[in-house]
Amino acid sequence: MTSETTDFLLIDEMLSDEERMVRDTVRGFVDEKVIPTIADDFEQAEAPMHLVREMGEMGIIGATLPQEYGCPGSSYVVYGLIQQELERGDSGIRSFNSVQSSLVMYPICEYGSEEQKRHWLPGLARGEKIGCFGLTEADHGSDPGGMKTRAVKDGASYVLNGSKMWITNGNVADVAVVWAKLDGEVRGFLVEKGTPGFTANLIKHKMSLRASVTSELVFEDCRIPAENLLPKSGGLRSPLGCLDKARYGIAWGATGSAMACYEASVRYAKERTQFDKPIGSFQLVQRKLALMLTEITAAQLLNLRVGRLKDEGKGRHQHTSMAKMNATSKALEIARMARDLHGANGISLEYPIIRHMNNLESVHTYEGTYDIHLLILGHEITGIPAFR
Amino acid sequence: MDILVCMKQVPDTETKIVINPEGTGIVTDGIKYVMNPYDEFAVEEALKIKEKMGGTVTIVSMGPQRATEAIRTALAMGADKGVHLCDDAFEGADSYSTAKALAAAIKPLSYDIILGGKQAVDHDNAQVYAALAELLDISHVSIVTQLDVAEDGKSAVAQREVEGGAREVIEVSLPAFIACQKGLNEPRYASLPGIMKAKKKPIDVIDLAKSGLSADEVGEKGAKLKIRKFFLPPEREAGKILEGEPEELATQLVKLLREEAKAI
Repeated sequence: MTSETTDFLLIDEMLSDEERMVRDTVRGFVDEKVIPTIADDFEQAEAPMHLVREMGEMGIIGATLPQEYGCPGSSYVVYGLIQQELERGDSGIRSFNSVQSSLVMYPICEYGSEEQKRHWLPGLARGEKIGCFGLTEADHGSDPGGMKTRAVKDGASYVLNGSKMWITNGNVADVAVVWAKLDGEVRGFLVEKGTPGFTANLIKHKMSLRASVTSELVFEDCRIPAENLLPKSGGLRSPLGCLDKARYGIAWGATGSAMACYEASVRYAKERTQFDKPIGSFQLVQRKLALMLTEITAAQLLNLRVGRLKDEGKGRHQHTSMAKMNATSKALEIARMARDLHGANGISLEYPIIRHMNNLESVHTYEGTYDIHLLILGHEITGIPAFR
Repeated sequence: MDILVCMKQVPDTETKIVINPEGTGIVTDGIKYVMNPYDEFAVEEALKIKEKMGGTVTIVSMGPQRATEAIRTALAMGADKGVHLCDDAFEGADSYSTAKALAAAIKPLSYDIILGGKQAVDHDNAQVYAALAELLDISHVSIVTQLDVAEDGKSAVAQREVEGGAREVIEVSLPAFIACQKGLNEPRYASLPGIMKAKKKPIDVIDLAKSGLSADEVGEKGAKLKIRKFFLPPEREAGKILEGEPEELATQLVKLLREEAKAI
């Protein structure tokens, strides 16, 4: 193992040739197309939307969904590796892919009608169309069941009222998968861009995920055709099913972010000299690097195992919670250690550290906060739910 | 169009090269191997020709077992099949014995055009394609930055880089070997569906017996060149920092430039 790589336990040997090739291809794409310009994107708060079509051409959007709808029909491990490599570039790029793949395409595929699937999935897979997912509301984050957004049937239409907050891709989406209560039950609806009564407001002043679009969605007597209901959606279980897929990818993604911080730290520790020797020769710096590599390795193994279980049909959402909780918290710790190790350079966008660190602050709490995932595991262990 | 691409697997361009203690080669442990970057232009151009004119793209590569990965990468980009010259007897080849083996594998194939990188970035000889074209008795055009194949597939117009940024335009009858240079195109990334399909595409493995050549015609035995030694340039010595008043410094500097560096 060369010191700057992160495959300490030869985990590559646990991957198939195909899985490694996907990982290397996405890594090459990220090295060439994302990393050279991402610091500027982050600083200017610009989402690099031109990369969406490229991801579509590479067939890495909606990776696990079936080929009959223009998707690759690949495995969860491959999906995870894609997320890992994208977030090695930036959490914003990975967030785009997670949302489009797991929160837009997956629910259309799982809960949609045949017409909805045929209409939306191929274009979303090619990156010609963009989607967003509206579940969270300003006052309902960890408790989505308390949502205020309502749908009412009116003849051949549904009328939506309410608002959604912190919605990735909101302002650039052609279609929003919106969760609203219909007669007291949570159902999914497809709301197209430009529908009267539907507006998206860009959320500004973010200090995290700056290379990603985040929006508020507002529905004021927004009338959509009755066929835009996702017919097989029903109850909170439906959006949570989507979140399970996305959270699983986030575990891999956060690990990718940690890998980027670690790799930069190893290089820095060898190049930066103080007291006439590289800072990597100091014990406290070595301690940081050793802790980083250990946690990255542990997260890689956990993610891979959860992925294999999913591919074998044995995956449970509690597994996902463990992987997401572990990877995001360890990645954030690693980014903070890397930030410390880089000294003043750690706060400059000339280095990737502060960007990853700020991004991970979001990744740590979105799609189920660290604490909520702990409580999901706590429920699993004791049989006693600590919330609800 | 039956399109062939000659491709070589080489160490990743970011590899830190370490010479073995005997000086006979490099330390290969832990090296990541990739498709020769100039060959990526050749694969991309082949795929573009196929997309425009139809046909098949066949990747021809000589190398050890691991070279299969690079062939699969080309198949994942969209090539149709591979031919892999793989035998211990092919090891240690120079440009000539490489060309000889490639020619033996290519002769039985049907081809309208052969593409390859202008050189492999490992040994940097840039000689294989010329020798190969000679052995196949076809023309070759080197350092090509633009290529237009005629609609009838019988000829092509290629632009070459020449000194001073000028371009030379050459019309060549096909089949010919086109040696591809950076700037010709932007190689695509393999797609996930492409990667999934690649593992089912055929790779024909050609060993010494199948090549029809004898052991002394190929590899190290068939080589015209013998590499005597590899060495890395000496590490740069630390610079000198002069201290003192400007007048003193200038005097010291002139003295050093004259007596030590012998530059003036």
